[in-house]
Amino acid sequence: MPDIKVTPLGAGQDVGRSCILVSMGGKNIMLDCGMHMGFNDERRFPDFSYIIPEGPATNYIDCVIISHFHLDHCGALPYFTEMVGYTGPIYMTHPTKAIAPILLEDMRKVAVERKGESNFFTSQMIKDCMKKVIAVTLHQSVMVDSELEIKAYYAGHVLGAAMFWIRVGSQSIVYTGDYNMTPDRHLGAAWIDKCRPDLLISESTYATTIRDSKRCRERDFLKKVHECIDRGGKVLIPVFALGRAQELCILLETYWERMNLKVPVYFALGLTEKANNYYKMFITWTNQKIKKTFVQRNMFDFKHIKPFDKAYIDNPGAMVVFATPGMLHAGLSLQIFKKWAPNEANMVIMPGFCVQGTVGHKVLNGSRRIEFENRQIVEVKMAVEYMSFSAHADAKGIMQLIQYCEPKNVMLVHGEFAKMEFLKEKIKQEFGTNCYNPANGETCVITTIAKVPVDASLALLKSEAKRYSALPPDPKRRRLLHSVLMLREDGVCLVDADEVTKAAGITKHIVRFTSTVQVRDPGPAHSTTLKLLQPLKERLSGWTVQLTDGSISVESVLVKVEGDEDDQKSVYVSWTNQDEDLGSYILGFLQTMLN
Amino acid sequence: MKLYCLSSEPTKPCLVLSFKGITLMLDCGLNMQSVLHFMPMPMVPSAKFNSLPSWLPRDNHQDWQIEGELKECCGRVFVDSTPEFSPPLEKIIDFSEIDAILISNYTCMLALPFITEDTGFKGIIYATEPTLQIGRFFMEELVEFIEQTPRATLAKHWKEMLHVLPPPLADALKPKSWKHIYSLSAVNTALSYIQTVGYDQKLDIYGALTVTPISSGYCLGSSNWLISCDHEKVAFVSGSSTLTTHPRPMEQATLKHANMLILTGLTQTPTANPDTMLGELCMTVAITLRSGGCVLIPCYPSGVVYDLFECLSTHLDKSGFSQVPLFFISPVAETSLAYSNILAEWLSTNKQNKVYLPEEPFPHAFLVKNARLKHFTSTYAEGFSSDYRQPCVVFCGHPSLRFGDAVHFVQLWGNNPQHTIIFTEPDFPYLDALAPFQPLAMKAVHCPIDTSLNFTQANKLIRDLKPEHLVIPECYTQPPITAPHRTDLVIEPVGEKPLITFKRGEVIKLPLKRKKGRVFIEPELAGNIIPNEIRPGLSLASVTGELEVKDNVYTIKNIEDRPSGKRKASSSSPAPIKEEVLKERKHEYGNLDPQELLQKLNQEGIQGAKLQHSPTATSIHLQDEDTLIQIGDNSTHIFCNGDQKIRRRLRTIIMQCLKRF
Repeated sequence: MPDIKVTPLGAGQDVGRSCILVSMGGKNIMLDCGMHMGFNDERRFPDFSYIIPEGPATNYIDCVIISHFHLDHCGALPYFTEMVGYTGPIYMTHPTKAIAPILLEDMRKVAVERKGESNFFTSQMIKDCMKKVIAVTLHQSVMVDSELEIKAYYAGHVLGAAMFWIRVGSQSIVYTGDYNMTPDRHLGAAWIDKCRPDLLISESTYATTIRDSKRCRERDFLKKVHECIDRGGKVLIPVFALGRAQELCILLETYWERMNLKVPVYFALGLTEKANNYYKMFITWTNQKIKKTFVQRNMFDFKHIKPFDKAYIDNPGAMVVFATPGMLHAGLSLQIFKKWAPNEANMVIMPGFCVQGTVGHKVLNGSRRIEFENRQIVEVKMAVEYMSFSAHADAKGIMQLIQYCEPKNVMLVHGEFAKMEFLKEKIKQEFGTNCYNPANGETCVITTIAKVPVDASLALLKSEAKRYSALPPDPKRRRLLHSVLMLREDGVCLVDADEVTKAAGITKHIVRFTSTVQVRDPGPAHSTTLKLLQPLKERLSGWTVQLTDGSISVESVLVKVEGDEDDQKSVYVSWTNQDEDLGSYILGFLQTMLN
Repeated sequence: MKLYCLSSEPTKPCLVLSFKGITLMLDCGLNMQSVLHFMPMPMVPSAKFNSLPSWLPRDNHQDWQIEGELKECCGRVFVDSTPEFSPPLEKIIDFSEIDAILISNYTCMLALPFITEDTGFKGIIYATEPTLQIGRFFMEELVEFIEQTPRATLAKHWKEMLHVLPPPLADALKPKSWKHIYSLSAVNTALSYIQTVGYDQKLDIYGALTVTPISSGYCLGSSNWLISCDHEKVAFVSGSSTLTTHPRPMEQATLKHANMLILTGLTQTPTANPDTMLGELCMTVAITLRSGGCVLIPCYPSGVVYDLFECLSTHLDKSGFSQVPLFFISPVAETSLAYSNILAEWLSTNKQNKVYLPEEPFPHAFLVKNARLKHFTSTYAEGFSSDYRQPCVVFCGHPSLRFGDAVHFVQLWGNNPQHTIIFTEPDFPYLDALAPFQPLAMKAVHCPIDTSLNFTQANKLIRDLKPEHLVIPECYTQPPITAPHRTDLVIEPVGEKPLITFKRGEVIKLPLKRKKGRVFIEPELAGNIIPNEIRPGLSLASVTGELEVKDNVYTIKNIEDRPSGKRKASSSSPAPIKEEVLKERKHEYGNLDPQELLQKLNQEGIQGAKLQHSPTATSIHLQDEDTLIQIGDNSTHIFCNGDQKIRRRLRTIIMQCLKRF
């Protein structure tokens, strides 16, 4: 039986640097190529030496698929293609192709220019890397080569996020990337058809969470923001430039409009306008409502939200600031955080998940004193709120997706081990499928069973259909098919047993038996035949017993009565070897009946 | 496999293909030539049209009741009523039987409401996202154009007297089947049947067929369709272009080696080169503007008009007319411009790369921002009269000049020879379009820009694609009526096979014979199949299983034993079960060697066998057992009395002498 081998290089029992190697049907596929935000050393990139200790990886990987533009899914791509060396095809959606290089460049600047890291990829490398990218559209079936086929499905999560269905021969998998099963203010819900893959590799960030309704969370968020500014506090919302930021902006924009609020809202990034432009141009990837109204009013033209200037940090009075990056691990959001944290009137709202090792993660875990690399210590007196706005599927959503696509096996990645273990048991219980959660570097072997496709002659299928439909309908009756599999140099084909002699150029040898039973029965031969017919019919339920040309026939078995008007009759029972069991049974039956 | 042709225009096709029990409609084009027989519909009453004389038949002793129905203008007769359209032919196909409709592009779907409304239609319509969106604009614009000029009475009696009418009205094709335009709600219903699809998306039709749209390069979201099952492939090529304009280029590789290539939608102006025409258009506009005149370009709300904005604005900038405003007037102008800039995934690579910057893919977004290109819903829309100034260039519909704002502008500028009307859309003969406005002083220039395949391109394409059979509209086998001497403007047959042609109302049988189908063998059963090598290169194995047919997918499964609780444990042995007999069924082949059989009989202790030869057969007689074995070339017949024991022994021995699979 053929196997599917899966090895996570990242995101195995962990969140960050998603990178999963799949090998099936002789093809090797890399799913995502992300970096870990919590590390500054070599651990931030997946361990590509697993693929090949040294030298380019092109010969060992058939294609790379990137699910969406978040850096923990594409951050290591330039490193992999330009520094490790990979020149093969890379697939991602159009919005991902548009936005990923901007985020990569942003991240590179922070790493190299602010943190002074060396051995990092350059701007040129990002450009060269993106040149290798082939953009795909949703549901388009892309043949990577003659055997490897991929297809993208809408995943929600962020603009352009996609799940990928991948097929080699009769084996198939689905890789979800990050996805969201509930529509939000700017994106739709993930969708997949009943594609019944051999394996579903799903993220499991919120494996144990069942989130309350979106509306409640939104109300909560607005209430907290409103309370804080009412008491003159400053609200810091660390976000990534694209994604949640747009959703929260839409939310605040409508709230400000409705409540007629005057407190300034800033979006702290030169990227804002540009980012919103991407949303305008890829509006087909947003949700129905935005798509419908975009001609009259583009949801991404904000009236109340103004660009932020660094000088505003020390401005007195209330304000709301969106700043990047989202996990408070570097950049402006961290800078503002350091300034505002010691004041208890202020508030930081973390709208998404923070990976281990980031300031955001520490703050969320209740640290009130945070020490930085330069020995600087910041007292956190401001209110810290966590609002799960990051668009991941929760436990319910993951179960829903499994139900949608009906996989034969499930694998959980991109989540914490303990939570995965819990969900794993639940999946096994509810769906009865195997569920795996390998650690990084651990290979998981999944055996698949597949139906064997062969050609069948239409004559065979048509004659069966004709026979079947000639019989009275019976839901319990099985459609039995006897055929001959013909294997020739030009292919394999199922043919009818009679057809085969002609098609293969051979002659069948028919072996026929004829036995005689003597019986005394006055009257014409015909009446003797009729006397035999009924008992045979009763005995042979399930068989078609026919009276043709004065003889009884069942399949190839013929029962013929000969003799004159006198008593003595000869009953001939004749059958071919194919019906030996039937023929000898009928003969035996007639012998007991007639003697 | 059958093909039904429901449309008379090859560029607005409507075909129905029945194949493997599935009924597919290929495109749903609306034939609009009929509107040319009608008077234009001005938005305000026109003194000129009102003063035209009514036309009455010379033979007057029959009361035709056509008072006010027909008007005469410059020797031509027009119906003075709301224009009517010629929908796809009914009656030769039951629209409720259609499983799916495949749409190639937005110009080939305007008859959809006629198929989906009140016909019992319950199929699904497949179209790309741009096709759906832009198709909606086309339909909405058409409905709005017609509805904004309502009429109290509608002419119908003229249809009874075609034989006494003068040409060309007398030659109108079946006017009794013509229909009034659908309502907006019918448009919405029709479009709600559409499921949007992406290029290269494989769509399953009831398990029997797979259909896939592939880029055709003609307009935004335009597609050709591949219709395939396990071994057969039909390619439907409608409205394709190999020129480089704004859409994604045409995909050709997957169209190759189809069993059947149905080709339609070739250029309507085979003698005009689109590039030359575009150049002429730019020049004509510049000349007219230079002399202080205005230019009217009747157009559709999407398509080539985007390229015109781009080329013309550049040309005018170079010629020093950068201050001349361009007006784009249509009820859907704004939406059309907005949508064109969010459909990046459907554009040529050049335009697509712009969104990565991010910049709008079409320069008209920039032209709108700079107020160079202004869009209005109609000439009566707010702001138009204040923005309007001469000279200017106006783009507006409808190219037939029977309805829409174009009617207004022809009336407004018609008497001034300084102005120019330029015909770029190839759907309507421009002289026919202008006929009811004659006499006309404004200049009329014909610059048809049709980017569809021309005959040279089409013939080359066919040679490259190498289809087994080629199916085309009948009119493509003769030179066009407009250029009867151009015998090169025809489609040539490929190889030896004759061309298969269709025309409206015809049902043709397509020579596609299926021989094989795909079945799946379940792994448990497949594992038990042991092929016998009959000779090098040929192996055979008997396969018996239970056939399951679900959604047209055939699966052969192992025959599982069923619990037979009901069977009576009768004293005599039960009758054999069919499943078991079939399972054991094998086939003997080759010859039986009588000598070998004799030897084996001896070995097994069956004595007294005598070999007998007759001219026709060889036989072995077993005197003791009263049994005769007749041995022929391909058969062996055992005659015996009722002794089963001896017969079974004989059977075992004979089977040892034969090979089987």
